[in-house]
Amino acid sequence: MAINEPVLPPITERSNILSWMRKNLFGSWYDALLTILGAWIVYWALSGLLRWVFVTAEWEVIVVNMRLLMIGQYPLEQAWRLWLWLGLLVFLSGNSLAIWARQSKYAVLLLLAPALLSLFQVGAGQRGWLIGLTVTGLVGWGIGRIKPEVLKRSVIAGWVISLPVIILLTRGLSESETSFMPEVRTNLWGGLLLTFLLTVVGIMFSFPIGVLLALGRRSELPIIRWFSVGYIELVRGVPLISILFMAQLMLPLFLPDGWTVDRVIRAMVGITLFSAAYLAENVRGGLQAIPKGQFEAAEALGLSGAQTMIFIILPQALRLIIPILVGQFIGVFKDTSLVAIVGLLDLVGIARTVLAQPAFLGLQREVYVFISLIFWVLSYGMSYLSQRLEERLGVGIR
Amino acid sequence: MQREYKPDTTIPFWRDERILKILGQIIFALSVLFVGMLIYQNMKAGLAKQGISLSYSFLKGVSGFDIAETSFAYDRNSTYWQAFLIGLLNTLSVSVVGILFATILGVILGVARLSTNFIINRLASFYLELIRNLSLLVFLIFWYLGVFLKLPRVKDAILWPGDIILTNRGVGIPWGIPTASFPTFRLILLGGLILTVVVFFALRAYSQRTGRAPLTLLWSLLTFVVVALVGWFILPEKPLTLDLAFVKGLNLSGGKILTPEFMALTSGLVLYTAAFIGEVVRAGIQSVSKGQVEASRALGLNGFQTLRLIVFPQALRVIIPPLTSQYLNLVKNSSLAISVAYPDVFYVANTIQNQTGRAVEMISLVMLTYLLISLLTSALMNWYNQRIKLVER
Repeated sequence: MAINEPVLPPITERSNILSWMRKNLFGSWYDALLTILGAWIVYWALSGLLRWVFVTAEWEVIVVNMRLLMIGQYPLEQAWRLWLWLGLLVFLSGNSLAIWARQSKYAVLLLLAPALLSLFQVGAGQRGWLIGLTVTGLVGWGIGRIKPEVLKRSVIAGWVISLPVIILLTRGLSESETSFMPEVRTNLWGGLLLTFLLTVVGIMFSFPIGVLLALGRRSELPIIRWFSVGYIELVRGVPLISILFMAQLMLPLFLPDGWTVDRVIRAMVGITLFSAAYLAENVRGGLQAIPKGQFEAAEALGLSGAQTMIFIILPQALRLIIPILVGQFIGVFKDTSLVAIVGLLDLVGIARTVLAQPAFLGLQREVYVFISLIFWVLSYGMSYLSQRLEERLGVGIR
Repeated sequence: MQREYKPDTTIPFWRDERILKILGQIIFALSVLFVGMLIYQNMKAGLAKQGISLSYSFLKGVSGFDIAETSFAYDRNSTYWQAFLIGLLNTLSVSVVGILFATILGVILGVARLSTNFIINRLASFYLELIRNLSLLVFLIFWYLGVFLKLPRVKDAILWPGDIILTNRGVGIPWGIPTASFPTFRLILLGGLILTVVVFFALRAYSQRTGRAPLTLLWSLLTFVVVALVGWFILPEKPLTLDLAFVKGLNLSGGKILTPEFMALTSGLVLYTAAFIGEVVRAGIQSVSKGQVEASRALGLNGFQTLRLIVFPQALRVIIPPLTSQYLNLVKNSSLAISVAYPDVFYVANTIQNQTGRAVEMISLVMLTYLLISLLTSALMNWYNQRIKLVER
């Protein structure tokens, strides 16, 4: 029998469009009713949405205020520093895509996103930077393609040092106005920039605290266990907004006289402390899934308690919970918007500034839809990437 | 005779693991205490500088501010404590309404996700993806500023069937007004409730004795409805009269007026939480293996019986724990009321704190309130979960 000859299913099970519709849309009378109802909802929502997006909505408010929405009051003449670290991130992404997503033919298309963005109404300077980003990403991708094995370590190191580099570039080096990179105070940080920094710092710092709390909760030492349980349950029992208020209003009181913490850092502390408790519970779930035999085998091999955790248990536990962790990181990203309530000018907070301009009164829908779109695209992108990562690492498949 | 074994060397205490563990814990506890003390001292010093000492007695003072939505008599001469209670009741009412509607919508979404109908199935999963990646805060603000405040003015109000009036001053719905016979009716309802409980336990005892499976819940509910209906019709005067909302001058009057703040908060919370509840319900139903359904059909149970006796009890076991955490999320998320200016407990506490400067007291009070709600709910749900969980060997 020729192998390349496709085996056709029996004639009754062959699907064509009519039989597919009969099976999936009009199986019975109530099925048909539901289909009509669903089709009506789709038509109604879609036509309303399209009419609003293309006819009613006045998008000028977004175009004019793009800079405010993206970087807040950050001085424009210093914006090159932000582009610089964005370039670093894109370069590293290009490298990583080339190394870890070799099989995927379409991954490289991600790097074209900045260039695509430049097709929208942006200033000439920004267009240059955006195209530059894509070029940087493609260069990074090309370099990664050439020597993937050699570069692996340096790319990981690059990701690790990128956070301090980002903070340093954003904040600046010296306080004097005339120097090469004057300090930009945190009260000028705003828009998507602030949202991004709050998210990244929140994730980075809550991770080790969360892992420690999870270990503490499973510890056999009662005092440490009680402390961890108390902390986790306390934080999980109250809303994030109350913790943010506490960080804003009470943190300055907790510190000795003369110490001051600026508002952005207070918010970062609040987000970190909050997300650590949730992370601890997720990590605990992963730890519980590791069979006892792993501990016993590690002990039999003569590993100490700390060694067992670091080399045997945690790598397996964390690998198991990657999807949950990504879900939580998306949660942190979405939750950073709450800092707008305590008066920071993040993406949501800056919207109030934009809407207060006399020229754009009453355009709440446009502004908030745009902000939602940013949140949606970034969150969805993260969850999509995590699903791919899951497939690559074979979580759940052994 | 066994010779007594005497080790010639004992482990020095700094290498004895048992002692080290205890020592480590003591050091840990002491350092936590030390940091706590330090924070407390700093706080006291800082507050003393502002001329305040920690005390809750200010709650007895006159508040001096108005609250838009009050569930008991309150004006600006009432105390801070009463204002706080108003906020708490508002939080609870939003939570109850939100949980009720989110559960209904969530179950519909969960079932829709499992539907074999292509369009319904896709609509439900699209909705889930849409909601899951949005920030709740932006969502709520959008409902408030972008929808409910954008409704037409009272003059050109939108009228919906069912006598619902939509305006930017609020949504008016028909509501019952108690008449003179309402207290009697309430007593009748109470009697009905007691009877319902009696019927419920009698039917359950019967079911356990005989092994039959009567529709316990249905019959109990029916008892209540029958009692309520009989009470409604035998009373000389109807206990409630229907009051329709209507436009009066530049405002809405009559019926029940739901403010834009309340509407924005509840609709935002319901639509947001329902997506997550839908996922919980779907996962619960899917967790019941196909073999169970097939086996029950093979035993001769019909579709409804399969659902009621086989699928539902098993799915419930999976659904309850995550459902609890979704409910708690909804309660905690209701604190975002502050972004739409709905006077919930957090909003009121924030106002009080702005007026009095008592940040530490108010924030701790609010946190304690939420903590109590969370702990009570989880205790209740754990108790329920214990009862329905699989009894294993």
